[in-house]
Amino acid sequence: MPAVSKGDGMRGLAVFISDIRNCKSKEAEIKRINKELANIRSKFKGDKALDGYSKKKYVCKLLFIFLLGHDIDFGHMEAVNLLSSNRYTEKQIGYLFISVLVNSNSELIRLINNAIKNDLASRNPTFMGLALHCIASVGSREMAEAFAGEIPKVLVAGDTMDSVKQSAALCLLRLYRTSPDLVPMGDWTSRVVHLLNDQHLGVVTAATSLITTLAQKNPEEFKTSVSLAVSRLSRIVTSASTDLQDYTYYFVPAPWLSVKLLRLLQCYPPPDPAVRGRLTECLETILNKAQEPPKSKKVQHSNAKNAVLFEAISLIIHHDSEPNLLVRACNQLGQFLQHRETNLRYLALESMCTLASSEFSHEAVKTHIETVINALKTERDVSVRQRAVDLLYAMCDRSNAPQIVAEMLSYLETADYSIREEIVLKVAILAEKYAVDYTWYVDTILNLIRIAGDYVSEEVWYRVIQIVINRDDVQGYAAKTVFEALQAPACHENLVKVGGYILGEFGNLIAGDPRSSPLIQFHLLHSKFHLCSVPTRALLLSTYIKFVNLFPEVKPTIQDVLRSDSQLRNADVELQQRAVEYLRLSTVASTDILATVLEEMPPFPERESSILAKLKKKKGPSTVTDLEDTKRDRSVDVNGGPEPAPASTSAVSTPSPSADLLGLGAAPPAPAGPPPSSGGSGLLVDVFSDSASVVAPLAPGSEDNFARFVCKNNGVLFENQLLQIGLKSEFRQNLGRMFIFYGNKTSTQFLNFTPTLICSDDLQPNLNLQTKPVDPTVEGGAQVQQVVNIECVSDFTEAPVLNIQFRYGGTFQNVSVQLPITLNKFFQPTEMASQDFFQRWKQLSNPQQEVQNIFKAKHPMDTEVTKAKIIGFGSALLEEVDPNPANFVGAGIIHTKTTQIGCLLRLEPNLQAQMYRLTLRTSKEAVSQRLCELLSAQF
Amino acid sequence: MMRFMLLFSRQGKLRLQKWYLATSDKERKKMVRELMQVVLARKPKMCSFLEWRDLKVVYKRYASLYFCCAIEGQDNELITLELIHRYVELLDKYFGSVCELDIIFNFEKAYFILDEFLMGGDVQDTSKKSVLKAIEQADLLQEEMGLA
Repeated sequence: MPAVSKGDGMRGLAVFISDIRNCKSKEAEIKRINKELANIRSKFKGDKALDGYSKKKYVCKLLFIFLLGHDIDFGHMEAVNLLSSNRYTEKQIGYLFISVLVNSNSELIRLINNAIKNDLASRNPTFMGLALHCIASVGSREMAEAFAGEIPKVLVAGDTMDSVKQSAALCLLRLYRTSPDLVPMGDWTSRVVHLLNDQHLGVVTAATSLITTLAQKNPEEFKTSVSLAVSRLSRIVTSASTDLQDYTYYFVPAPWLSVKLLRLLQCYPPPDPAVRGRLTECLETILNKAQEPPKSKKVQHSNAKNAVLFEAISLIIHHDSEPNLLVRACNQLGQFLQHRETNLRYLALESMCTLASSEFSHEAVKTHIETVINALKTERDVSVRQRAVDLLYAMCDRSNAPQIVAEMLSYLETADYSIREEIVLKVAILAEKYAVDYTWYVDTILNLIRIAGDYVSEEVWYRVIQIVINRDDVQGYAAKTVFEALQAPACHENLVKVGGYILGEFGNLIAGDPRSSPLIQFHLLHSKFHLCSVPTRALLLSTYIKFVNLFPEVKPTIQDVLRSDSQLRNADVELQQRAVEYLRLSTVASTDILATVLEEMPPFPERESSILAKLKKKKGPSTVTDLEDTKRDRSVDVNGGPEPAPASTSAVSTPSPSADLLGLGAAPPAPAGPPPSSGGSGLLVDVFSDSASVVAPLAPGSEDNFARFVCKNNGVLFENQLLQIGLKSEFRQNLGRMFIFYGNKTSTQFLNFTPTLICSDDLQPNLNLQTKPVDPTVEGGAQVQQVVNIECVSDFTEAPVLNIQFRYGGTFQNVSVQLPITLNKFFQPTEMASQDFFQRWKQLSNPQQEVQNIFKAKHPMDTEVTKAKIIGFGSALLEEVDPNPANFVGAGIIHTKTTQIGCLLRLEPNLQAQMYRLTLRTSKEAVSQRLCELLSAQF
Repeated sequence: MMRFMLLFSRQGKLRLQKWYLATSDKERKKMVRELMQVVLARKPKMCSFLEWRDLKVVYKRYASLYFCCAIEGQDNELITLELIHRYVELLDKYFGSVCELDIIFNFEKAYFILDEFLMGGDVQDTSKKSVLKAIEQADLLQEEMGLA
């Protein structure tokens, strides 16, 4: 490298910088700068024309002043003049000033564009590079209008130099990001894809970035990039560490390019079998390399290697189809959880969060629970602890909820203030979601209030009240527990609120005990009264009037309190009004009227949990969706056992903040009607309606996705660049309920958003679907939910189709996917002994009752995975029934409204031939046929 | 893609800023101030990544100078960390064991090197040779023209 001509090109600049550095105070600096600004201004305005060098120097000084944090409002014109200089350095400084200082809406753009046009046409690669850089830096619409047509030509022209190609690719990418509508797709797109084969790795690197972004929005057009990317990746990962020369970074071959290629592949579903095999090999090689001893001790080596590894794991998770790879990924991350590098621990926690949502790896993730809990206790960096909290939340299910909730609670005592509120919300959600025993739930929430009362938002304490009111089995316990908690000399105001409300409703349930007699309850609450804020006092006054109804014996005491000046003449209007009205009510109303007016609160109608909504708001919709998906209870999926009461999964409305419990000011409380059933106002799917607009053909890849849901109930059904559709479903006997989540991935609204369920004529009599329309507007980044109630009337073969139509940015979108409601969802597993099994097997020996299929294995033949799939399919897996231990047998009953059909199945793997034989026997031919079809596709 | 890159000193003086998405001056200043505070408050052994607003921040300290990049949710943290390192290597090679003063006095060169390496928030070329060759050529061009 030649000795750099640092600054000696511009002495004046160096002097000025030194001056600034020598300034003793901020004031001195500002003074010096103002002097310089005045000087430059006068030079620019002066009569004497400035030479190029001086212009360059002054423009550079302005840049420096700008970097110091001062506003620069002149000099732009001079910079633009520099652009047309034919001295390279002057041109360069001119471009630098513009790329740093010019905003995209500047009036100068037209002048700048002119200069750029000249440089692009100059065929001088250095000048072209400067011009392309400037376009990429400013990236305004006007620039896109001027150059978006031109740059693709530069990019794919045969005689363009490599360095210019690289710049052109990234420049086009920038324009596409800001103004996609102005970048015309055309012949060049296919030629751009072929840049993935280019000899120059720098060109491939730049092109891959461009292709990835283009492919996200136009997947069909760039489909061919998948196989090219896989073969490129394969060549990189199998190359020796020196093959790629300067593109090898600390013994890692082309890490940037590898990461980009893996990223590109994440725009697509798993490729066709041929390409897929090669990709799987690549991914395995990457995973294997992680186990090899490092080729260098430098952190750069391990960082680059692990960057590729993490991206490979992201791809594996994205595909979510290769159980072996998923489990290996999980094990690898498990190792990182204990790594001495904080960075790797952080990333492993983050990555595992997404792994926890995959059916195949959820269990594997759960085995790391102790390590994660330990991280929560010992990590010194709050951002790592935050990741640990997220992961615990993601891996939580019914089996480990008590442990995770307990650990989160104990962490909460010392947690950083910045993340307390979030932890409180998470604990509240988990406690509710996985509560088998609602006394545990009540205890947990009261603990939350005790430990972190200030961070317990209204949503959380409203929620505990809603749940207690809706579940009569826990009311007595709740009353007793709050009564005890209130004994503490200092308790959080939120506890007083919860305690006041619950005792007001259910204090009678513990009044039999002389230690908590009505009078004691009242005095206990009233002892807190004067320490509380106005809203809490208002709530307590309502509790008192409820006591008047529950316990006539304390009526005089309460009337005395209400009558006291501090109530009747309270300065606060709300308190005064309540005192006056309650006192009057207690005096004039007969016992019957009191009993009616002050009746126990009716159950709250079910709605989406307000706590979950709040967490979503805090974390942004997308992150929580994933977490939400992960929290489904796998133990239910796997055992297919009876499901616990669904009350815990969805939630309830919140009372208004001022909590006028009685509604005395307005109408008397509505009679406790049942929550509106979804059937009542549900929109029956009208298959005969011919007014429906044209339905799109099934989206590509929809078949694959459909097959993935046969053995599982939750996950992502469909995803393109605009929309993500997630599913959560539960089935019980012949009934089911499916939650469909539509996520808007863009930042723009979807309008006229209309999902429609379509059942064919054959399907319609056999499967009943009911749902309600969703809000026709879906905000950018938002998610809407639709519930489908499902009834299986009789056995069926076809699947319903979900058609979604909406407008996005002026264009009409129309998507159809098969909804994975399959016959096997209505399976109830049946356990039976070997003898019974074979007896029944023989009874079903009629040729029409048996269907058999012999087929080649499409996935690795892993016993554990196979077992999980059979259980996921819904039948019981019968151990020690088949004389050959390698075979699998299952039994279950398909429940339909009209009939129940017993099913027996037997799967015989042949490892050598990599084949399976699947035999289904049921009492109905069509059922055997359909189940055999569905299950065969899984192995 | 990378949203922006900042170089600032331990004392909280901004040395270089490069924005890859149009952002108003006011917003830039606010973000710089906020992020510098967050990063400077972190202790040495802490992890190099943090969540900040809706972005991921990757930073590393070299002597008195912090290099700090904001990337998007899907981007790879570790490769960004090495991107910073590669940039430092490029500066080092060009200036010959670079120090903060080199960047202060030759900030325009620091920009030129960064521009050869990154464009529009994505890596343009990861080869040290290619990037340095481009810069060398530009320097040569400067000298030739200076002589002419």
